[in-house]
Amino acid sequence: MTTYLLKRIAMLVPLMLGITLITFTVIHLAPGEPVDMQMAMNPKVGKEARERLTKFYGLDKPLHEQYFTWLGKLARLDLGRSFSSDNRPVLDKIKERLPITLSLNLVALVIEFGLAIPIGVLAAVRRDTILDKGITVVVFLGFAVPTFWLALLLMYFFGVKLNWLPISGLHTLGYESYSWFGRLWDLTKHLILPVCVASFGSFAGVSRYMRSAMLQVIGQDYITTARAKGLSERVVIWKHALRNALLPLITLAGFSIPGLIGGSVIFESIFAIPGMGQLFYQGVMSRDYPVVMGILVIGAFLTLLGNLIADISYALADPRIRQQ
Amino acid sequence: MTVLKTSFIAAVFWPRLKRNRLAMTGLLVVAALFLASLLAPLIAPYNPTEINAWQVLSPPTSSHWFGTDELGRDVFSRVLFGARISLKVGFVAIGIAVLLGSSVGLVAGFYGGWVDTLLMRCVDIMLCFPAFFLILAVITVREPSIWNIMAVIGLTGWMGVARLVRAEVLAIREMDYIMAARCIGCSDLRIILRHILPNALSPVLVAATLGVAGAILTESALSFLGIGVLPPTPSWGNILTSGKDYIEFAWWLSLFPGLAILVTVLAYNLLGEGIRDALDPRTMK
Repeated sequence: MTTYLLKRIAMLVPLMLGITLITFTVIHLAPGEPVDMQMAMNPKVGKEARERLTKFYGLDKPLHEQYFTWLGKLARLDLGRSFSSDNRPVLDKIKERLPITLSLNLVALVIEFGLAIPIGVLAAVRRDTILDKGITVVVFLGFAVPTFWLALLLMYFFGVKLNWLPISGLHTLGYESYSWFGRLWDLTKHLILPVCVASFGSFAGVSRYMRSAMLQVIGQDYITTARAKGLSERVVIWKHALRNALLPLITLAGFSIPGLIGGSVIFESIFAIPGMGQLFYQGVMSRDYPVVMGILVIGAFLTLLGNLIADISYALADPRIRQQ
Repeated sequence: MTVLKTSFIAAVFWPRLKRNRLAMTGLLVVAALFLASLLAPLIAPYNPTEINAWQVLSPPTSSHWFGTDELGRDVFSRVLFGARISLKVGFVAIGIAVLLGSSVGLVAGFYGGWVDTLLMRCVDIMLCFPAFFLILAVITVREPSIWNIMAVIGLTGWMGVARLVRAEVLAIREMDYIMAARCIGCSDLRIILRHILPNALSPVLVAATLGVAGAILTESALSFLGIGVLPPTPSWGNILTSGKDYIEFAWWLSLFPGLAILVTVLAYNLLGEGIRDALDPRTMK
């Protein structure tokens, strides 16, 4: 187990280096130089200032040297300063937005799996009945609905038509005057639609996966044994079968992290939630290279971390691996 | 078993696919979309970019089936022309992904050893990036245009295909007929292209069909965010952008292009699942 863990962690190093290399390459695909971008926003800057900026960013150095300088800064958690007018360190900007995105995605992940697992099990147990077919139809529709369109429809029905839920931001104006409970309720109301949209994204995939995993397990000999022992169907399905079918889902949860983080760009910009996705979108629109680069690296590191946690949890949950 | 031989298609694949009603529905919708986008200039009742100040945000009527947008343009015509973009993006992007993914998978699987390790590490690294982030980052430094979108979706979507093809190649490599081909002196390239590739293609066909659906979704999301296909060229995503801006007054602007995406993606998914079932050796008699 310890050797497995050490090996798994050692593998992170080349992956992380690869991530930084790709990020660096992507940003340097730019036809002009980052300085041009910053200059374009301020036409008054002269040629001399331009050269000063180039020197400041080290853009007059050869590419590999630039990469290593950037890598060294990255290792010290220095992601540079934003090109935007506030000129703040990118790390600070990300730090204040990351918790919002992470907690939103975590809630979405819990809801998504909490719904998808029982639904997948139900479809497998009632295989080929009306219920199973109905679930399959819903799942296929779920695969095909663009999340941003779903967001629009929900906004229209619950926000505009019924006027039940707020459609943007995290707080009502003047929420500071509310009681503690009032604030919590206000936040919950603002989060319902975004969380629905975020969890819907991979809900279809997870429930589909759960159905096929469950079907596979139900066909195993030990399930027949459990039934032969005279255990009730409820215990057979929800204890013996479910436990075994759940294992691969841990890996699936790890894999769904990049999708969730990537999807946050869409729902955060639609619902005006000040998270990392929105920051990234703003960075893209204003060509704020340090912000884009920083979030790209951090997003990939988070995925790496998520996969690591998933692998370790898998090893801990599966007695066959745990006891090695 | 050479999967993509004409005799196989005629004798096994097509009859099996034809029995699957959902898959045939999907195929029919895809065919209809092709026809519609090919004939768009003939079918469309209006010019999709023609502005009409007297008909702004008109709800669906008998002359404007899907209503008009904030500039008085006919939404039906725009949705029809939007189909062209979606089909083009789907095919070119997935073409790039399949070409790149298959090449990587073939080389990695066939040569094994350090080549395999290196290529598969690259796949692992690429899979760490939230795909949408990577696509947006490239769009940041390159101008958004339909060609860039297609290239980027393809270049960030090949990893799944590479893994599929590699797994197939690992199994095929050990077959007797590969040994036979080697014995009669076939070059590596000939073995890869003539003997391995055709036999490794069936999972790729499924992945590609499902991939087209994914690419259409990605393009529409990018266009919706204003970094994909830019107006006035109509695409389903960018019609929805105005749908969002006018959501309080004009539901038709949001409803119809969204339905178009939904139906198209659903059709490709049903077709892909159908192809998967039809090619599945476990269910073959």
